[in-house]
Amino acid sequence: MPKITELNINGTRHSVDVDADVSLLSVLRDQLDLTGSKYGCGEGQCGACTVLLDGLPRRSCITKVGAAASKKITTIEGLASDGNLHPLQQAFLDEGAFQCAYCTSGMILTAAALLKSNPHPAESEIATFMEGNICRCGTHLRIIAAIRRAAESMKGVAR
Amino acid sequence: MNRKTNSSVVAPALRPAFAGLKPGAPTPMIEPERYELFSSPAYHFDLNRREFFKILGGGLLIVCVMPRAEAGQEAGARVFRRGQPLPAKISAWLHIGENGRVTVYTGKVEMGQNIRTSLTQAVAEELRVVPESIQMVMGDTDLTPYDMGTFGSRTTPTMNPELRKAASAALDALLDLAAKTWGVDKTKLSAAAGKITDPASGRSNEYAQLLKGKELAQTMPAEDPLTPPDRWTVMGQPLPKVDGRDFVTGKHKYPSDISLPGMLYGRILRPTSLGATLTSIDTKDAEGIEGVTVVHDGDFVGVAAPSPALAARALVAIHADWKTTPQPSSKELFEYLKQNVEEETGRGRRESPHTTGSIEDAWKKADQKSAQTYTVAYIAHTPLEPRAAVAEWKDGKLNVWTGTQRPFGVKGELAAAFHLPEDHVRVRMPDTGAGYGGKHTGECAIEAARLARAADRPVKLVWTREEEFTWAYFRPAGLIEVKGGIRNDGTITGWEFHNYNSGGSGIESPYDIANQYIEFHPTKYPLRQGSYRGLAATANHFARESHMDDLAHLVKMDPLEFRLKNLKNDRLKAVFQAAAEKFRWGKTTATAERGFGIAGGVEKGGYIATCAEVKLNRSNGEVKIVRVVAAFECGAVVNPDGLQNQVEGANIMGIGGALFEHIDFADGRILNGRLSKYRVPRFSDVPAIEVVLVDRKDLPSAGAGETPLIGLAPAVGNAIFSAAGVRLRSLPMAPVGIKL
Repeated sequence: MPKITELNINGTRHSVDVDADVSLLSVLRDQLDLTGSKYGCGEGQCGACTVLLDGLPRRSCITKVGAAASKKITTIEGLASDGNLHPLQQAFLDEGAFQCAYCTSGMILTAAALLKSNPHPAESEIATFMEGNICRCGTHLRIIAAIRRAAESMKGVAR
Repeated sequence: MNRKTNSSVVAPALRPAFAGLKPGAPTPMIEPERYELFSSPAYHFDLNRREFFKILGGGLLIVCVMPRAEAGQEAGARVFRRGQPLPAKISAWLHIGENGRVTVYTGKVEMGQNIRTSLTQAVAEELRVVPESIQMVMGDTDLTPYDMGTFGSRTTPTMNPELRKAASAALDALLDLAAKTWGVDKTKLSAAAGKITDPASGRSNEYAQLLKGKELAQTMPAEDPLTPPDRWTVMGQPLPKVDGRDFVTGKHKYPSDISLPGMLYGRILRPTSLGATLTSIDTKDAEGIEGVTVVHDGDFVGVAAPSPALAARALVAIHADWKTTPQPSSKELFEYLKQNVEEETGRGRRESPHTTGSIEDAWKKADQKSAQTYTVAYIAHTPLEPRAAVAEWKDGKLNVWTGTQRPFGVKGELAAAFHLPEDHVRVRMPDTGAGYGGKHTGECAIEAARLARAADRPVKLVWTREEEFTWAYFRPAGLIEVKGGIRNDGTITGWEFHNYNSGGSGIESPYDIANQYIEFHPTKYPLRQGSYRGLAATANHFARESHMDDLAHLVKMDPLEFRLKNLKNDRLKAVFQAAAEKFRWGKTTATAERGFGIAGGVEKGGYIATCAEVKLNRSNGEVKIVRVVAAFECGAVVNPDGLQNQVEGANIMGIGGALFEHIDFADGRILNGRLSKYRVPRFSDVPAIEVVLVDRKDLPSAGAGETPLIGLAPAVGNAIFSAAGVRLRSLPMAPVGIKL
């Protein structure tokens, strides 16, 4: 089994020593203590483990670390810059868009990818894009409101 | 339950919670709260005043004595002198340090219902401090007083007033201190933002300054000096989740995120089917993997390894044979329940039926009668964070971090499983990824602890989603028979209601009916079952409110008008009217594609009325809920935004059980136990939701996490009926759409 020795996460190079077929989620959580990405189902159905690979939302529970080794990995821990929250993080706070918040990191990262490709999504476009992310507490309407709020606040701001 | 005797209980060798599970053989230890037991066990807190200040530092300590224990003692505050023991029955305590920092200790736990925030508001209100100065220590069995558990929507009606009283007593003590220091009349002083001010002299002191070098301890006074709701400034206002920033940045450590130095990762070998027993096992190959510990103890088989991948490899290297036993399947579930009524039940005292008047008379007086059967499938809580535990043995003591609604219950389970005195077990509950009534039990903690003891290293065990779907417990399935008699003027003459297995919560009718016979029948049951948000109130309201619609239809009355005609309860009437007004009930006529329904009820001190609009696709039978209006009243509102969040969330969660969630099982296997097969509500299922909060500042606050859920299913069923003329009497109503 080929080994992976280095990962580019949140703009920093991290040394690791893992088999290439181990899940990216496990490497993030168990090797690097980046526990913001969550295990929810292990089959890419709930979105709690979502990270960005070169800006695209990917289910880290079904992504082998070998497939992420050449990519820029963004996790929830890397979204704020210099202590300033990303507009989506701030919008989730402002809208109270969570209860237990276990789904929140996956929601925010998926939404970040959405806003990058579609800076002003309609409500139905948000719902469609977010369909793969499960919130069991039922805060969907607040999540949609938060994404709209973030889109509004990001107008004209390059990120 | 006497917790003091647990250390001497003779328990069999470690017996995982599922080991005794055979079809129809209920295990009493699994669901102590099934019937909502609230009796408090004998508990003796053994810290004395002196030790307390050693741990917390100087300042002011206010101890909340359980109300029932306080009764019979002298009225008024008790001041504790050096060396005196603290009272035996304590529900919470509050400490203000010499630095002014306020720390509140409660055994309640946070799992998304946002009581960390609402309890903070309670203390901030009465203590006159900003919420930011308050830290809540929750659900740590070494640091917080005993608490039975966080369930039954009990936090707001019980812990909230307790903490308010403690905070109020603390403020009183601070005012005393200031008055004495300045030699002025206490009643002339005012307090705000953590400071006491003497308006006459302009003197002002922060609480911290007043408490320098002091060690004061007292119970709260018995009288009720709380701030009336019309003068609330922190309560009654929206306050965002107090530690929300930790959640949007990924910083918060959930139970499954806890990590200890040298920690191993556990996996458990599960039986091939429910009720199966181990006949032979070969663990040699697994033991041969470097760094792997294999544990085989009775029917318990598990591994611990330095990485999750290695643990998974070790697990498949174990060769085991299991003896299976015949099991009922979901196809024959309701016949099974009906045929297996248990007159004597090990699950608590059987409740006697609720009767009023004469049900035989009622049928004679009725112009029309309707008798129907309703069914409710098993569903899974599916909290997004599955069961997780980290266990560590240190100096003969067991430390466990786990996601549970009953940290003290889990502590008891651990003490019993490992033959330990209770003070050798500490359970901590980091705010967990939801529970919904599904995290009452300690099996994951026991498993992690068993592996950790064998490996002599800390072990983390996170259940897989499939394990959570199979080896946790479900919301009970049920069969409900309802018969109603009605006069042509719309007066209900009689009401007979039999619930088999799903439970007694919400079984009594809020309607004014002269003749009633209502009974819950416990039965044997095929799957492990227990609490679920709202308990059986969802099943009972589904049957009752669907049947009420049936009766209204029989006499051609508007469903709302029919309910109000048979209802005297003003609080329930008020939410029905509030929901109807917002929904514009009766303003639009149903069509074959578009229907409107209403339903409501009373449960756990909360009053809910729900209106739903559905759209039916006549070509493929798809049901879409397009709009929901929910009016909810639970006394004085503590946090309007938090409450609205709960009402919205309960209705969205309710969509799953109403339309499509159900557990399929056969031959002891769960057939749809993963998220690709078990459908939960997603973004496209979510309707527009409008919430009307009826704020009754004149009434004590009740809990709100559960009751808003119970109106959704019947409102949707009634809406489907109004469009399609078809009455759906089984939950879920449309797992693959409906036949039109």
